Amino acid sequence: MIGIYAAATAAIVVCMGLTLIRSIAGPTVFDRILAVNSFGTKTVLLIALIGYLSGRPDFLDLALVYALMNFIGTIAAMKFTRFGDLAGMEDDDSEELY
Amino acid sequence: MASPIEVLSWVLILAGSVFVIIGGIGLLRLPDFYTRIHAAGITDTLGTWLILIGLMLHEGFSLGTAKLAMLLFFLLATGPLATHALAKAAYIRGLDPLQGRELVDRHEVDDNA
Repeated sequence: MIGIYAAATAAIVVCMGLTLIRSIAGPTVFDRILAVNSFGTKTVLLIALIGYLSGRPDFLDLALVYALMNFIGTIAAMKFTRFGDLAGMEDDDSEELY
Repeated sequence: MASPIEVLSWVLILAGSVFVIIGGIGLLRLPDFYTRIHAAGITDTLGTWLILIGLMLHEGFSLGTAKLAMLLFFLLATGPLATHALAKAAYIRGLDPLQGRELVDRHEVDDNA
């Protein structure tokens, strides 16, 4: 049983590494946001699996909080790259896609 | 000897891990942003679902299962929503798909938001 959790944890850690490479490589800002969002989802899975791996399922609470924060963070990052400001809705045409 | 439920839980967790790996490789290897969204979607839905349902089967009928179900619901609601918003934002801001914009524009997507 522990072996299964360990295998799944290893798979997720490897995948988080691949995602991190994509978030550094870009090339567009959307690629980076997508990679960071995907990284956050995998972090949720990792926290849940480590909780069971170490026999402390209380970690699920942390996973819940992280799942909520991850979504808000993605939307906030997207809005920030669009407007350069989290409050304003001013649309400027000087956009940087790369 | 493991019970059938336990074996099913192992199978689901391992299958979810395989899908997570496939999604990661796709995110790294696919050629453009819109195809990479497809790879990330596999991880966000199928991989997450299989692993969390596997953990639920292992946990049995308890508080942990309720928390896992809430986690499943949050990820189901937020993952595709974030991906969709990202794809729409990229399209509206002028990032071209590999095969050009004609395929989408033909279906009268309103992009004046």
